[in-house]
Amino acid sequence: MKLELRGITKRFGSLIANDHIDLVVKPGEIHALLGENGAGKSTLMNVLYGLYQADDGEILLDDEVQHFAGPGDAMNAGIGMVHQHFMLIPVFTVAENVMLGHEQTKGLGRLDLAAARARVREIGSQFGFDVDPDALVEDLPVGVQQRVEIIKALSRDAKVLVFDEPTAVLTPQETDELMVIMGQLRDAGTSIVFITHKLREVREIADRITIIRLGKVVGEAEPTATNAELASLMVGRSVELTVHKEHSEPGEAALIVKDLSVVDAVGQLVVNSVSFEVHHGEILAIAGVQGNGQTELSEAIIGLQDDVRGTIILDGKSLVGLSVSKVLDAGVGFVPEDRNVDGLVGEFTIAENLMLDRSDNEPFVKRGTLQLSYLNTFAEEKAKEFDVRSQGIQTPVGRLSGGNQQKVVLARELSRDLRLFLAAQPTRGIDVGSIEFVHKRIVETRDAGVPVIVVSTELDEVTALADRIAVMYRGSIVGIVPGNTSRDVLGLMMTGEVPAEITTTDSIEGALL
Amino acid sequence: MSDAASSAPGSSAPVPSAPVPSGPASSGPASSPVTPAGSPTMGSVAPPPKSNQILRDIMGGSVVISILAVLLALVVGGILIAVTDENVQAASVYFFSRPGDTFNAIWVSVSGAYGALFQGAVYNFGGNTFVKQIKPITDTLTFATPLIAAGLGVGLAFRAGMFNIGGQGQMLIAAACSGWVAYSFPLPYGIHLIVAVLAGIVGGAVWGGIVGVLKARTGAHEVIVTIMLNYIAVYLISYLLRTPGALQAPGSSNPKTPADLPTAIYPDLLGGDFNLHAGLLVSIAATVFVWWLLSRSSLGFKFRAVGVNPNAARVAGINVKRSYIYVMLLSGGLVGLAGVAQVLGTVTSGFSSGIDAGIGFDAITVALLGRSKPWGIFVAGILFGAFKAGGFAMQAGQGIPVDIVLVVQSLIVLFIAAPPLVRAVFRLPTPGTAKKPKQPKPPRDSSAQAKPAAAAEAVAAK
Repeated sequence: MKLELRGITKRFGSLIANDHIDLVVKPGEIHALLGENGAGKSTLMNVLYGLYQADDGEILLDDEVQHFAGPGDAMNAGIGMVHQHFMLIPVFTVAENVMLGHEQTKGLGRLDLAAARARVREIGSQFGFDVDPDALVEDLPVGVQQRVEIIKALSRDAKVLVFDEPTAVLTPQETDELMVIMGQLRDAGTSIVFITHKLREVREIADRITIIRLGKVVGEAEPTATNAELASLMVGRSVELTVHKEHSEPGEAALIVKDLSVVDAVGQLVVNSVSFEVHHGEILAIAGVQGNGQTELSEAIIGLQDDVRGTIILDGKSLVGLSVSKVLDAGVGFVPEDRNVDGLVGEFTIAENLMLDRSDNEPFVKRGTLQLSYLNTFAEEKAKEFDVRSQGIQTPVGRLSGGNQQKVVLARELSRDLRLFLAAQPTRGIDVGSIEFVHKRIVETRDAGVPVIVVSTELDEVTALADRIAVMYRGSIVGIVPGNTSRDVLGLMMTGEVPAEITTTDSIEGALL
Repeated sequence: MSDAASSAPGSSAPVPSAPVPSGPASSGPASSPVTPAGSPTMGSVAPPPKSNQILRDIMGGSVVISILAVLLALVVGGILIAVTDENVQAASVYFFSRPGDTFNAIWVSVSGAYGALFQGAVYNFGGNTFVKQIKPITDTLTFATPLIAAGLGVGLAFRAGMFNIGGQGQMLIAAACSGWVAYSFPLPYGIHLIVAVLAGIVGGAVWGGIVGVLKARTGAHEVIVTIMLNYIAVYLISYLLRTPGALQAPGSSNPKTPADLPTAIYPDLLGGDFNLHAGLLVSIAATVFVWWLLSRSSLGFKFRAVGVNPNAARVAGINVKRSYIYVMLLSGGLVGLAGVAQVLGTVTSGFSSGIDAGIGFDAITVALLGRSKPWGIFVAGILFGAFKAGGFAMQAGQGIPVDIVLVVQSLIVLFIAAPPLVRAVFRLPTPGTAKKPKQPKPPRDSSAQAKPAAAAEAVAAK
């Protein structure tokens, strides 16, 4: 089925999210929609899926104008969507999820589960997925859950499939498998819209690439275009994709973590006897697929986990059992992985957020009273230094773009005397320009002699920043390898395997003597 | 509970419909802060419950919404007055032959009612002396005094993300403590009053603090705990009032305390002709204090952070649990001031278990109407004081039941709790629609603007 968007315009008040966007996706084509966060990709797809009504323009399927009042209409017309955040019910089985919303029933309203199971198997065998229709979705790995989403869309005879940032949650291997599946779907005649901001994947799988910036189509490109060309189209200027950093000159071990285990609130061992050390002037990246204990490990260091065993020693001082404020006072700077939930108070102003973790200390507070004039001067200064773009320091942080929000977090954490800087997913969901800025500041922090830990699920980020890489899998560190380790090896380690030819540079035994 | 409240000497206002305990209690478990397994929250701090979001939506509305809600409630109240008026009913029987009669009757009934409300609350045009003319406004301020104090307490708790439904209990305990000091310890002028006020604050703070401690230590939901503490307070005070040697006046068989000693009573502000007492000054001072606390103090900064985003507060090293305890202590103390105002200002001849007069619940409305902002609460408290003062005048002068005023009050709550309804009625734009999509960044420098076209061609050429 051929999908055509003509002059789609969507306004939100004075903001034009989509400005006369034209897009043609031919049958059997993978069309990548490339753009920064906030470029208008998701808005466009929500228009296509009937979630938003376009102010102007039309949607055509096989040259027929369509009017979608809601997702139901879009689905009936043959459009399927695989959302970034899966729309699955965890406690339902695969078959139940697949039939959800268009349940077939036998007499007396009984669900025809057998038919749903058969449908799952049929689609599965057609494309070589191996999904058990009776498995509970919550028990399945993320990659398989995504396949359930694809089956769900295909079971409704989708001829146009929209993948919204599908690789964000996948391991490199799972990503490769998804690419294969997308290829098969294309060969079977499905039109595919692939939304992403990861250049490598686009060049690997897409047949054509449309680049969107600030709500407008700014260019089309062939998959043969280089990363730099694509990036400059996305951002509107040339971007440095590599991080410039000098060879590190690590000093003494500053942070020593030994046999650290964390048990979470439901009694599961989420970090299992982890040991590593971070030296002054060194970036240790903690790589791994989301949910393998990295979050809990960083929370344990900052004092957010209750049940922590083992030792964490920073410059000779133990951090285990200290409250968060004591850990912060000990000189730990922390960038949490989800800035909206854990890093910022959205309704507070930029200035207020800049003092969020120093609401007890001078110079922000004297005798229990906020020092507003000092705070405002400080905020003006930091907003300028960290290039926070806003309408002023009294703007609520929730109104800023992701990149500017992250700069506020960085400005807060890097404006103190740090003995350790711990950044979790520092560039998640922010634009390329801000990524560049954040990476630069992280390297500068390292060069100032501060030990740095970067927790990241993005291999590109890990390899760009790290002096050493610790790979986590199911709560344990699989191995610690040099920063120049190849992606293939890292990808393999992220699935828990240690390639035989790899010698890990784990020198913790010597340092602890 | 409401029967105890409605027997108050100072006011016959029963509990307004919205905060009747059964409502919040039944919704409580749904929003209980039990962290679901596997949820991405940090440690043991519960995610901000859905009720927080609702609370924020309600509080986040603009002043305009507040004013329109009041207006809308008055309009609906007017319709109710018209419909229930006997003359209107009589005239409507022959509406189609002489519709003018019906409209005239409607006008007479509604304008008469609201005119009486105004004259009873602000300025009495019919008064033959200056004192009588301005007495209504001073009555309004007298009624507003405890409403402001309790509204501040509830509003402060709102700001820290806590739903303090326990105003009734906190007021009763505060009134008992304050009253007990006031009638049993002869102390010099000045000192006696201060001690009595402090006793009330401490009593309210302890009763509120229990809630904070339970929430912090065990995660118990404050809505349920406060409601249950209301019952405990009501029956505890009732018991003490019936027990000789406890609160009951010696030699009396009524469940009532002895009269306050004159040294402990709030002095009259405008002399003996008016009921207005120095409690108003305390409420004004409390408003200033809460304003300072929320906008200028470190503690208030933490409260606000905890109220909006407890996760971020915790990650920033703020002790969320301790904040819950502190804010409930302060909230209870402020609500306690309302109990003090009742005992030392309004009802000085000894009090019964209805001393709270439903103020603990009205305070929720006041806090909502004032958007949990100190000066907003101050204004809302005066408005509700006016309703109370004017409601009696309306009943006495026009024969319109005081219940209409309560309906109007409840409608205000209803409209405030449903901002989309008010917006729909007045065709206001929904706030935030323009901000919903991620905003594109402001355009970069102009040279960058020129580049993409060229770059696009270059890439396309490949």
